[in-house]
Amino acid sequence: MEIPYTVQNRPDTGIYNAKLGIWLFLASEVMLFGGLFSAYVLLRVGAEPGMWPHGWLNVTLGTVNTLLLALSAITTLLAWAACKVRDFTKFKIFHACTILLALTFLGIKSYEYHDKLIHYEIALTDGRFADGHLVEESKDFDLAKKTGTVTLHGRIVEDRRDLMDLRSPEAQAAKLDEVTIAATDIKKMGNYGPRHNTFTAIYFTLTGLHALHILGGTIVIFYFWAFGGAMWKTDPERFTNRIEVSGLFWHFVDLVWIFLFPVLYLT
Amino acid sequence: MQSNVQQFPPFRAQPTVPDDHSGHGHDAHAHAEPNFWQKYIFSTDHKVIGIQYGFMALCFMLFGFFLMLLMRWQIAHPGVPVPVFGPLLHLAVGDAASAVKDQAGNLLGYCITPELYNSFGAMHGTIMVFLGVVPLAFAAFGNYVVPLMIGAPDMTFPRINMASFHAFFLGGVVMLVSFFIPGGAAQAGWTSYSPLATTIPTHGQAFWLVGMVLLITSSLLGAVNFIATIIQLRAPGMTWMRLPWFVWAQFVTAFILLLAFPPLEAAGVLQLMDNLAHTSFFLPTGLAVGGQLADVSGGGSPLLWQHLFWFLGHPEVYVLILPAMGIVIEVIANNTRKPIWGYKSLVYSVLFVGFLSFIVWAHHMYLTGMGQKIATFFQATTMIISIPSVIILTCMFLSLWGGSIRINTPMLFALGFLPMFGIGGLTGLPLGLAACDLYLHDTYYIIAHFHYVVAPGTIFALFAGVYFWFPKITGRKMNEFWGRVHFWCSLVFMNLVFMPMFAQGIKGMLRRMSDGAVNYSAARVPNAIDALPGSVMQLNGWILWAAIALGIAQIPFIINLFWSINHGEKVGSNPWRATTLDWQTPTPPPHGNFAEEQHIDRGPYEYSVPGAAEDFTPQGGPAKNPTAHH
Repeated sequence: MEIPYTVQNRPDTGIYNAKLGIWLFLASEVMLFGGLFSAYVLLRVGAEPGMWPHGWLNVTLGTVNTLLLALSAITTLLAWAACKVRDFTKFKIFHACTILLALTFLGIKSYEYHDKLIHYEIALTDGRFADGHLVEESKDFDLAKKTGTVTLHGRIVEDRRDLMDLRSPEAQAAKLDEVTIAATDIKKMGNYGPRHNTFTAIYFTLTGLHALHILGGTIVIFYFWAFGGAMWKTDPERFTNRIEVSGLFWHFVDLVWIFLFPVLYLT
Repeated sequence: MQSNVQQFPPFRAQPTVPDDHSGHGHDAHAHAEPNFWQKYIFSTDHKVIGIQYGFMALCFMLFGFFLMLLMRWQIAHPGVPVPVFGPLLHLAVGDAASAVKDQAGNLLGYCITPELYNSFGAMHGTIMVFLGVVPLAFAAFGNYVVPLMIGAPDMTFPRINMASFHAFFLGGVVMLVSFFIPGGAAQAGWTSYSPLATTIPTHGQAFWLVGMVLLITSSLLGAVNFIATIIQLRAPGMTWMRLPWFVWAQFVTAFILLLAFPPLEAAGVLQLMDNLAHTSFFLPTGLAVGGQLADVSGGGSPLLWQHLFWFLGHPEVYVLILPAMGIVIEVIANNTRKPIWGYKSLVYSVLFVGFLSFIVWAHHMYLTGMGQKIATFFQATTMIISIPSVIILTCMFLSLWGGSIRINTPMLFALGFLPMFGIGGLTGLPLGLAACDLYLHDTYYIIAHFHYVVAPGTIFALFAGVYFWFPKITGRKMNEFWGRVHFWCSLVFMNLVFMPMFAQGIKGMLRRMSDGAVNYSAARVPNAIDALPGSVMQLNGWILWAAIALGIAQIPFIINLFWSINHGEKVGSNPWRATTLDWQTPTPPPHGNFAEEQHIDRGPYEYSVPGAAEDFTPQGGPAKNPTAHH
């Protein structure tokens, strides 16, 4: 038994099965990310005045990542075009670029995550807040036993709101120094992980889910890149379709980033 | 996976092994007889997958029913040891079924604690909706029947189809396992409202969420497959307006699943973050748990969960009902021996319902304080969506008019569906209007309402479907006498279970009370206008016995189902003398379904055509000249 229209288009619908399948899948993906983006909107609109962060993310790195994904979209398209004109060598070259660009993207993303995870906010017993990147903890540092000290590269502010808008003139003018704090002065200490506030929560969730999509797409493209030779020899048209379908997914993932970048980095 | 030459349909790619109609042997590379695992567990055949789904779903429904019986015992006799099943319950879930002792310290038995009652409540809803009715109505009947009805050899993506079932199975396992973890299964209701779902100290909720993600994945894969199959694999001549209405219903259902489930997946991811990574997506600032300020950042929105949940939750209602309506239409057309009344109205109505189902969700949220303007919008859409639903039901009724009605078990269940769904639908109207809903919200009235839609509504239609397509699957009919016993007993006891709940709800008895409202009632001023009278409380006892009788009424069905596989009356491939393509295949349909290419040249319900040789004219048949269509 064989399923019809796996390779050729059905004449009256003008599409082959897998392409229709991926478009339907992408429709559901739109709803998935749509749900998350609407969560972002509601959380942001519902935030207390002055408590929604601005300028917390590195715009330069974000821009580089945007360009990487834009480039990978081009190489994906070229890889498919190379298959269409039956040039397997070119396909190999272009999709090698796609994979490298994707891995670079993930590398930069991991660096950004790490940067947030070593960034601490410490509520001090005197009501002030220390904030900055972790430099070192003394060997006997233990928050529960109240022993030792912790050193941050950052600053101490009176009001927590001062930490929210890093684009404000005050924040721009602030000097960052190494501050050492004794455990006895610490009321509460936490990093900029997902639980820090609703912004980091939605940031990690949205970009994390997006990164998982990038990872999945990369694995699929790598599979076709590394092991596609056999099918290329027996059924190049079918292989080309696979590249087209995985490419559609890749373009969608790029597109999601095009929304994520302004929403998270630029506002 | 060989040649790239595509011809529709590929039926003449005949197997090289003769007489192999049982399984997968038709691929060029697999000539060996498939073993048990290949044939029944890792099958890619849509018919086997349909049966897998059907079997699992029926098991889950039985399990969900048992949970309900235990809950009804607790409601009728709060704190009294559970008879028969008490020790078993204690064995399974430990101290959540707590020991009851008399004054001398002798063990009397085990009763259901409020926590256990809550998890039974949450899991009854979850299991019935996501593991019972949807898999049976959509996945089982859809998988088995849709490719047959449109003249396709299989689904477009057979391996994805298999993956869909395995994701479903895994999701079910995760749900069941959660009963046995410390703290027990999810307790926040099937709606899992935050912050309750996060603050209850059990990992059952995390299991619930992981289970849901698996189930959502399963239905996503299924939905993509159904839509692609219906668009791409219709046989030549099977135009859109010649599709049996069942296929239309499944088509719209698949779109609802495709587009409504992902927002719940998004919500599930967020709640999982709340539960495991301690974020505050749904936790408001200043949240206190047990009198203590919770150690969370706050700033989240509990309303956000409700919006995301009901964005799925309401379309889900139509996922439950549309395939059932599809079955009823097929059974009615077949047994009235005349074309279905208003086929085009039915098609446009189901499309309209599918579209509107996405913009009525907040009528579940009138009490949340989301604002009168929003409520007004959703009241309007809710009233509008009742119009196409009524058109569908009216078409069903009008189809009976002037037909020479043939009464058999499937037809009885289909006829039973009509008034039962009618009661369920009409009692929903007061709930759609904010003014009455404020009063009726979260009472037993609403329990009665949606159970009328789903239990004697959808489940009756599903029974009709089981009795109707059983001869196609096995080549034998189910026993007619016991089928009728099953129907009449189910009809009577179903109504005895749910009808009193309308009265209880109108009198003000709230749902989700683990003691059957005993304390609530006692707290009211006696003889005050809103106190629960003793007669309302007494109904709890009646409902328990009706529910037990309803359970006993299912025994004939279970025995009939298994007994008939080998001992039922043998019938030919078209015992109901039906027109649609699913009855034009050999019985049981072989791998690849049709012996010859089908060519469709007429509508789906050509019964009693004047001048025709018989009172039914099959929709398709072997093409006179198969190559003429290329």
